[in-house]
Amino acid sequence: MKRYFLDIIQSIWTVLVGMKITGRHLFTRSCTLQYPSVKWELPERSRMRLFNKIEDCIGCGQCVRACPVDCIYMTTEKRLKEAPPIFAADGTPIKLSVTQFDIDMSLCCYCNLCTYPCPTHCLVMTPEYEFAVNTKQDFLYRFAKDEPLAPVTPSAVTPEPVSAK
Amino acid sequence: MEYLRQVLLQKVAGFDQLPGSLQVFIPMLLGCLLCLGLVALFPLFAVWLERKVSAHMQDRLGPMRVGGWHGWAQTIADGVKLLLKEDIIPAEADRLLFKLAPIVVFVGGFAAFVVLPFSDQFIVSDLNIGVLYIIAISSLGVVGIIMAGWASNNKYALFGGMRAAAQIVSYEIPTMLAILTVVIPVGSLSMQDIVRAQSGGIFNWFIFQPVTFLAFWVFYIGTLAEVNRTPFDIPEAESELVAGYHTEYSGMRFAFFFLAEYANMFLVSAIGVTLFWGGWQGPTWLPGPIWFILKAMALVFVQMWLRWTLPRLRVDQLMYVSWKVLLPISFILVLAAGILALVTEGHLNE
Repeated sequence: MKRYFLDIIQSIWTVLVGMKITGRHLFTRSCTLQYPSVKWELPERSRMRLFNKIEDCIGCGQCVRACPVDCIYMTTEKRLKEAPPIFAADGTPIKLSVTQFDIDMSLCCYCNLCTYPCPTHCLVMTPEYEFAVNTKQDFLYRFAKDEPLAPVTPSAVTPEPVSAK
Repeated sequence: MEYLRQVLLQKVAGFDQLPGSLQVFIPMLLGCLLCLGLVALFPLFAVWLERKVSAHMQDRLGPMRVGGWHGWAQTIADGVKLLLKEDIIPAEADRLLFKLAPIVVFVGGFAAFVVLPFSDQFIVSDLNIGVLYIIAISSLGVVGIIMAGWASNNKYALFGGMRAAAQIVSYEIPTMLAILTVVIPVGSLSMQDIVRAQSGGIFNWFIFQPVTFLAFWVFYIGTLAEVNRTPFDIPEAESELVAGYHTEYSGMRFAFFFLAEYANMFLVSAIGVTLFWGGWQGPTWLPGPIWFILKAMALVFVQMWLRWTLPRLRVDQLMYVSWKVLLPISFILVLAAGILALVTEGHLNE
């Protein structure tokens, strides 16, 4: 009988304790960030969309070799001897003109390995992360100027993955 | 609706030439339409409030977009969406009962609004057996719930219906006994008489008197179970029964169940306010109906608060609370109320 009344008193007490906790949370500041109007502040050096400053690119192709998923496509042409000499921002002479510099961001794994070997620091990862597009082809970012008519990349030729068939 | 009838007699030309029965019927119909408006609009607000309260208790924000200010139009958008949804009836369902069940549930909740005293003038019908009427008519809801569970031809829906039957019938007994502790000192079943018995200052309200103070909490726990609110929401326990008795319902029929649930929340809170919290009485700087609705909203808020505080009871715990805790307590309270009435009214000396 004693147990019965103790149980009742204890249950009332625990309900009150629980209500105190939820009541306190009712007035604490909510931790929601209202995304489109307020944006999360990304940490320093976060790895998002790749960007290549093509004016500084010397066409060395080290990024292509470093990429573990082969998502960078590069074609270069040797510049003529008699053409006026041009230099990258840090003074490196540009001897190759880059005619194609495509990055397929749908393949990119954001490992950042391509930016380390870049001698002129023209290939960087930007903190830009809102780049959703409607078709897979739109993920092919073209950085080269004077692009040849139809750039041939494996992704552009066969946009659909094999498993989808 | 005597007050509305007087107003119509004075303001509307030719109203006094109508036959006598129409003179009574038309004000009553207008009062019912007002109540219907309240029943239809209150859930819009209550669902929004519930979502906001739940969100803030979990340190979230809840709806913030629709309508501008804190997503006030979210439930209107949801209601329009539910109206436009396809109305699905399962192939093997009992079509007649399936269609009838939401209406029965809704009518059971709505009909009880007729005897709610919103102010000393505004009560659609001040029945002399108002409390009895509420007890009787609000039991219709459980019939609708069992109909829905049975007609859906779905095991989860049937489980929900059976659980609702067991729960609501069990909890009706302590609730009604708790109501009796108020009826004994008042000596009347009319809602207005009960409110008037609490007039003359806040300490005449039954909540501030020892026996009825305890009775209120019995009543409150009982009504919490009767409207299927957490921690007594096992009829629609979403983690075990999908949605209980309204699993198979979609579109507007589902909305009717929702409407009835929130209307019932307001209803039981309003009954609690009438019986224990002094009804429409309060400081005169606010009119009676405002006090009535404010007090009822406060009780609705506590219901929501409890929902986001307590976990769901097990079925055996549920029955334990009703039959072994609330029922003995309410019996003792009725006895105490009876003895108190005898002593205070001096019947012992006769």
